[in-house]
Amino acid sequence: MKDWFRKGSPWIWLSGGAVTISMVMVVGLVAMIAVKGLSHFWPKPVVEFNYQTAEQSEPVRVIGEISRSETTTAAAMREAGFNVPEDQDVVVRHLVKRGNRDVTGQDFVWYMESFMSDPRYPEEILVLERLQWGDFYGYLQGFLIDGEVVAVGAEARTAFERTLRDTAKGVRELNGIERGEIGDVNFRMEQLRRQERALELNENISDQERAEARQSIAQRRAELDEQYAVLAERRNELRAELSRYAITMETMEGQVRTLPFNTLVHGWRPNEMNIFQKMGHYARSFWDFISGYPREANTEGGILPAIYGTVLMVLLMSIVVTPFGVLAAIYLREYAKQGPITQLIRISVNNLAGVPSIVFGVFGLGFFVYFLGGSIDEMFYRETLPSPTFGSPALIWASLTLALLTLPVVIVSTEEGLSRIPRSIRDGSLALGATKAETLWRTVVPLAAPAMMTGLILAVARAAGEVAPLMLVGVVKMAPSLPLDGNYPFLHLDRAFMHLGFHIFDVGFQSPNVEAGRPLVYATAMVLVFLIVVLNLAAMVIRNRLREKYRMESD
Amino acid sequence: MNQSTPSPSSHRPMPVQVLPDGAARKRLRRWRGFKDSAAKYSVGAFGMGVILALALIFIYLFSEVLPMLRPAAMTVYTSYEAPGGRSADTVHMAMDRHELVGVRYTTDRQAVFFDVGDGSERYRETLPLPADATVTTFGLAEPRTRLVIFGLDNGQALLVRHDFNERFSPDGRQYDPTLEFPLGEGDATLMNVAEDGASIAAIAVQRGSTGTSVAAALEDGRMRLLRFEERSNFMTGAVTVRQQAYDIPALPDNAQPRRILLDITMRNLLVGDDQGRLHYYDVSRPAQAQWVESKRVTLRRDAQVQSMEYLLGTVSVIVGGSDGTVSQWMLVRDEDNVNRLVSVRHFDSHSGPVMGIAPEYLRKGFATFDDRGEIKLHYSTTARTLVSLDTGERPLSRVHLAPRASALFAIDDNEQVHLVSVRNPHPEVSVRALWSKIWYEGRSQPEYIWQSSSATDEFEPKFSLVPLTLGTLKAAFYAMLFATPLAILGAVYSAYFMSPRLRQVVKPSIEIMEAVPTVILGFLAGLWFAPFVESHLPAVFSILFLMPLALIVAGFVWMRLLPEALSNRIPAGWEAALLVPVVILVGWFAVGMSPHLENWFFAGDMRQWLTDVGYTYDQRNSLVVGVAMGFAVIPTIYSISEDAVFNVPKHLTQGALALGATPWQTVTRVVLLTASPGIFSAVMIGFGRAVGETMIVLMATGNSPVMNFNIFEGMRTLSANIAVEMPEAAVGGTHYRILFLAALVLFVITFLLNTVGEVVRQRLRRRYGSL
Repeated sequence: MKDWFRKGSPWIWLSGGAVTISMVMVVGLVAMIAVKGLSHFWPKPVVEFNYQTAEQSEPVRVIGEISRSETTTAAAMREAGFNVPEDQDVVVRHLVKRGNRDVTGQDFVWYMESFMSDPRYPEEILVLERLQWGDFYGYLQGFLIDGEVVAVGAEARTAFERTLRDTAKGVRELNGIERGEIGDVNFRMEQLRRQERALELNENISDQERAEARQSIAQRRAELDEQYAVLAERRNELRAELSRYAITMETMEGQVRTLPFNTLVHGWRPNEMNIFQKMGHYARSFWDFISGYPREANTEGGILPAIYGTVLMVLLMSIVVTPFGVLAAIYLREYAKQGPITQLIRISVNNLAGVPSIVFGVFGLGFFVYFLGGSIDEMFYRETLPSPTFGSPALIWASLTLALLTLPVVIVSTEEGLSRIPRSIRDGSLALGATKAETLWRTVVPLAAPAMMTGLILAVARAAGEVAPLMLVGVVKMAPSLPLDGNYPFLHLDRAFMHLGFHIFDVGFQSPNVEAGRPLVYATAMVLVFLIVVLNLAAMVIRNRLREKYRMESD
Repeated sequence: MNQSTPSPSSHRPMPVQVLPDGAARKRLRRWRGFKDSAAKYSVGAFGMGVILALALIFIYLFSEVLPMLRPAAMTVYTSYEAPGGRSADTVHMAMDRHELVGVRYTTDRQAVFFDVGDGSERYRETLPLPADATVTTFGLAEPRTRLVIFGLDNGQALLVRHDFNERFSPDGRQYDPTLEFPLGEGDATLMNVAEDGASIAAIAVQRGSTGTSVAAALEDGRMRLLRFEERSNFMTGAVTVRQQAYDIPALPDNAQPRRILLDITMRNLLVGDDQGRLHYYDVSRPAQAQWVESKRVTLRRDAQVQSMEYLLGTVSVIVGGSDGTVSQWMLVRDEDNVNRLVSVRHFDSHSGPVMGIAPEYLRKGFATFDDRGEIKLHYSTTARTLVSLDTGERPLSRVHLAPRASALFAIDDNEQVHLVSVRNPHPEVSVRALWSKIWYEGRSQPEYIWQSSSATDEFEPKFSLVPLTLGTLKAAFYAMLFATPLAILGAVYSAYFMSPRLRQVVKPSIEIMEAVPTVILGFLAGLWFAPFVESHLPAVFSILFLMPLALIVAGFVWMRLLPEALSNRIPAGWEAALLVPVVILVGWFAVGMSPHLENWFFAGDMRQWLTDVGYTYDQRNSLVVGVAMGFAVIPTIYSISEDAVFNVPKHLTQGALALGATPWQTVTRVVLLTASPGIFSAVMIGFGRAVGETMIVLMATGNSPVMNFNIFEGMRTLSANIAVEMPEAAVGGTHYRILFLAALVLFVITFLLNTVGEVVRQRLRRRYGSL
């Protein structure tokens, strides 16, 4: 033993353990996000049990999904105000998602295992996803048309399923009208208002021209009003049609609730589903999550606007950062005189990658938003002042700020790629009579292209995950309209946007119902991690290929 | 390459010429030369532009901080004869917030409204004062209330408020100045302070939600307190005023009151006397008004209190002595919960008696002036005298600061008005205010506090960067405490001992963690890890203790206790893989045992136990941040130090091994020493990352700016503070600029840390090259 210690073997094992711990944490983190994020869409069994604490004379029926369980000490529970029997030291408790927020007010409640009866899994339990108030759990009782019960029991079930399928189309159309078409009309109205205001401010036109312009605006406004009226009528029609149908449901307390169809999204019976049905449900829920709009303060629904905003912002950033970063790197490596100053610049650029991102955010807010944006408003958008157009956090400023933030990444990576190109290739090109520019553009740059690609991918990965600077320069928790849509000028650089990272922060920390939002946060985190890991792996693969290639060529 | 046209054929048939002729080649060469230099210059311009853009960040941040460093300035803008004529003395002057219209009250009972720019009269009103009485003294409520009280020589007093009634019309701003009498019209306007007609020597007024209070000192040394309670009838809305008068005990030692002040709560009465002392009376129950204590406020014993004024919020009082001293006093509760007068700070003295004090409307600043025409501008929180101005040799009789403190009136004894423009946008900032303990209003001692905003207007902004800096260091410290050992040990192992095949998997996996968005780490830390730690505290500490032990024991068991046939099957370099089940088991065991440990050792609840022992426990605390941010820093440190260790020249280690050193001896004596600069730079760069990290601390702590290193409490870091407060800060304000300063500090710190790390690393690389 002593000998073993003297040889230093324990320390080798200890340092090996350090690697193991790091790896376990890394893998554990990814696995946890993946499991928690992916399992959210799997239809969990709904459990029904009777709950009777010491004080209660009658057991209470509870219906819900077990969200998570934990083991704590009885003392801590007593401290928190729960009545735990004296003989218990350790308490197992389950967090049950009971849904029905509009009925009970509390959709997540802890239950202690020792007071729970054996769980039952009745196949008849129906789970409803609703537009408001979260999920609903209960037993289907009757099917109503215009307030009249037309079917009960098994008939109600078939009628419910059929009607849900039929109304799905109507719900989609209604959503389309409310979100898209009416929004478009409003946007055009707003533009007209701006033109009108600009007309008033413009002193260089004659009264007659002004009157004519006014008239054309009034005419267009009348057209828009008409369009709006048509849309509103169709909307009301659809709403009326949808609200004709309703179902009655029995809750866990035995209350009967009427739920009209225009509030329902999906309905399923998790305890009855077989594995394939569950998989189908899973795929549909996942697709809804990826392609849907958020509801209920972002704690329900999908994350499409966040994905859309992230991707668009990153794309714009790439368009800016690639040429500038690559040119700066070419300048530094190929044209600048190599000496202490170049070396200094190189180190500084490298170090900028380590400067906290929030500093870039502060710079972006002060310089881009307030200074540049303010000046643009002053010059081109006088008619909307004092409400800012470009002088407030916006997509373009976020992209520019992140472009600045990721410039060092691209520069460093490109430079590295350029420095890896064997000297012989350059010399060969020059010896054949090519000028320096020709050598660069025709041999060196194409060879270094994968390195630039790597830099760009790394930049994208970094930009997609940054949140702190974006909180200052352009991200909002709920953007009313997408930054790219069918209204002229299509790409609205002045709009604030939603972002996956900020979505996580917002739902996890600023939402009124953290417990309800938690699964969605995990799912969003999973999407983001997946995106970033894939991007980084791609960068790594490209880099390794590149290395191999030059190793062979320089041999 | 553009193919030039074949040269025109001559009279003799020639073989077809493939090469372009000389002229075309020359053209082509020139064109290529042009392209070459165009590329050179445009790339140069772009490259330099990008680098300049990056430099712009620093320059811009600095330019936003710079205005705070510019000193304040006062310049006489214009000067004119007092509006309304020199025949009467000025009692009081004021102006509106746009510095367009002013008002001057005179001893001959006039209120003259005038243009601030040139002193031309606009409107005048006669005050309803008895013709035979003269104004002996006057008092001001808080400046923003525009409430003035005049004390007369017949024992009466008049309360009046001027209103500029500004409104907007298409032709610009319009003013309809008026006078109001808050106590009512007619006979009610005048109040009888002394029924026997004694002359009033000093008077003070405050008007709160419940009514008005007036305190007055009479010529013969008696003091009176008058309360006017206003009750409005719910049905008719008519206001009835009920007046009550109280006598205040006289000053001790036969002192004569010089100035008298009442605070906005109407509970505290301060009297300055002719012996240079300040007296404090508790008048919360006026019928039992009692003297509490007296303090000397002037430096010279024979000096008297010349002037005295409350600052905004009527918490602290500025006292000017006839010997030129200017000092700030506050009521501070002592251990017995009794208010005591405390000298908070002194300001630059005047060379003559301090004739008056003019407080600012919206900040804790004030101006003082003396009988030699000098005006000084001070700011209370920073204890700074910002600027002084000499208006000439004549004594000044009144000074009044404009509501936005960007101008002031100064009137000399010849009734000449000097309009002074004041540039003083950031008086709240000084090195002292940012970095030392400051005695803030309402506190019992000097403290480091960061509190940038509040709901009330009287709020004193507290801009101490110390709690934020300490919080930043605290977060970084715990993160490094967690990350450094793991990362460096791991780096040494994977660079030196690990089998290449395993290393190919492990290294990229850990490195890829660097790219995981910190918002995800922060969210996991705040929503999952923090509650987990709270309910499994013993598990955290038992893992800390058990894990190293278990690793070593596992190693011993594997190498010594298991049959060699088994342990030889897995070659050296795979220890890390073997330890995976050990690590998982230990973690699982510790978590499973946690409730039992709590029951056995901590009376069932370790959190409660900690609180009982005297440690505050926040759910989102430094422990959580340390682990989460450590997690974010591990890849950085690991990656750089792994490179450093891996690149230690092989002949060094082989030499050591050949001389009989064990592998571990080689590591500690040769490898680590050679690679130490690289490891140092890894730690530097990791530290830089921890200092600037925003989202993790924002989400995993309570963000309260505390001043301790308790691992169970949170912190607020510079970066999180910027993220929280920047969107709300008013553009161009002091708060905004201080946040820029915080960003600049972060920038410089991380830039320096990275530079040190980078330079060390490059040196090391060169040394490896030469070895």
